[in-house]
Amino acid sequence: MKSAVFRYLPLVLLAMAWEATARLELVSSSALPPLSEVMVSWIDLVRTGELAGNTGASLYRAGAGLLLAIVIGTALGIGMAWWKPINVLLSPLVEIFYPLPKSALIPVTVIWLGFGNGSKILLIFMGCMIPVTISAFNGARSSEQTLVWSARSMGANRLRMLWDVVLPSAMPELLNGIRTALALSFILLVSSELIVAREGLGYLIGFLGANGSYEAMYAVVMTVSLLGFAADRGYQMLMNRMLRWREQTL
Amino acid sequence: MARTDALTLDHAALLEGPAPSLARKLLWGFARVFSILALIVAWEGLARSGAFTPFVLPSLSSVIERIWSDAISGELAINTGLTVYRALVGFLISMVGGVLIGVAMSRNAIANWFFDPIVSVGFPMPKIAFLPVVILWLGVYDVAKITIIVVDAIFPVIAATLIAIRSVERELIWSARNMGANDRELMWQIVLPAAAPQVLTGLQVALPLSMIVAVVAEMLMGGYGLGGAMMTASRFADSRGVFAGIVEIAIVGYVLIKAMSILRRRLLIWHQEANEPTTA
Repeated sequence: MKSAVFRYLPLVLLAMAWEATARLELVSSSALPPLSEVMVSWIDLVRTGELAGNTGASLYRAGAGLLLAIVIGTALGIGMAWWKPINVLLSPLVEIFYPLPKSALIPVTVIWLGFGNGSKILLIFMGCMIPVTISAFNGARSSEQTLVWSARSMGANRLRMLWDVVLPSAMPELLNGIRTALALSFILLVSSELIVAREGLGYLIGFLGANGSYEAMYAVVMTVSLLGFAADRGYQMLMNRMLRWREQTL
Repeated sequence: MARTDALTLDHAALLEGPAPSLARKLLWGFARVFSILALIVAWEGLARSGAFTPFVLPSLSSVIERIWSDAISGELAINTGLTVYRALVGFLISMVGGVLIGVAMSRNAIANWFFDPIVSVGFPMPKIAFLPVVILWLGVYDVAKITIIVVDAIFPVIAATLIAIRSVERELIWSARNMGANDRELMWQIVLPAAAPQVLTGLQVALPLSMIVAVVAEMLMGGYGLGGAMMTASRFADSRGVFAGIVEIAIVGYVLIKAMSILRRRLLIWHQEANEPTTA
């Protein structure tokens, strides 16, 4: 307990420095409202239900886009590792789309699907699919030949081998790729909502900022940041759990 | 952080067996570009077929025409130059700052105590949400744009530097010490070179991130730059301009990332990974 307090003390100090800077009016209070007032307006936002509604909208978009990216990306990546013709067809496309800064797709998704959920889900799906595909491909390709051979000699057919040998051995790398995709999904979600949206946390930040209610804007910015942090930590715990079988075999 | 760039293309393996004839080589060479050609043909064909309005999908040829006219008017050079300038300045500041903080954390207990919780909490946060705060503080010009890039891109560099330095083999350090290396020599001649591959991996995460953030910042703050130009085009329902922007940004991203991986191979020519099969 004491060590945790010591460890996170710098964050507390930063928070205190924030409060002090704002209270002593070293900078204008519109540029940096005191932390305590930010917390008060956070509670207000929760009470009016504004925060919950917009958080729901954002999480739905990120979740749907990410889920699609994981399912399709994994299938493509393992397909590329498993069957050469798929690799030959897809790897040039992956190679040219991988370096594309995905935020460039924001205006196009709006042209295609409008201002609502569809354009955000499409954007997150397109942006997150490639890291998942690449990690699934690398993971599946590195599955140990001896495992594949023994499975084959024990009479496993190709499908069974895919499920029992290739997918589990691709798992560590794949889960890492999904972690990258998770971080990317938050970046794309917030940017697209900041630029064009009618609801969602990014929209709320822009809206409150334009109205000059900076305490509330800071409150939403902090909420988004903490959500991103919590999602990553939660995912890491899940990942450790899913990979526990590896420790046991060692 | 996973090495997302390591897409090893296994084309050599496709040619196993008896010595490949020229015809086979040509066939596989064609297979490599087939899907890109198919994409180009499909885009042009769908756009011309009338299944989509030119607003939803302008034809590739008209988009190329647009890029050409931008290039002639000089706008393309200005916009590309500004976007690359912002992304690279942000990236370079993140590189220097990130490596310095990482080195400081690995050598100094107080620096480690102070930065460790900030890095471990700050790294997974979507820092792009702070963009309106940065606008509030610094306005909408280059300083603000570069600042938000640094805020985003510095974390992977710090994390990679830390992990890299911590995983330098003890034997290397002990031998150097034994042979009388002082702290400075140890840092420059042993620790940093041994840490270089992982630090470069961190930089390879930071560079695409810099481009992503540069484009978002330009879209939101306006002004010149590829992102700003795309936003202007989309406001005037000029979808040829939007698609031209994507193609331009894609080319810039491709060139930067290729340059980075060539640089990696150059810098690590002494490292055993240089002998591994080349990646792409």
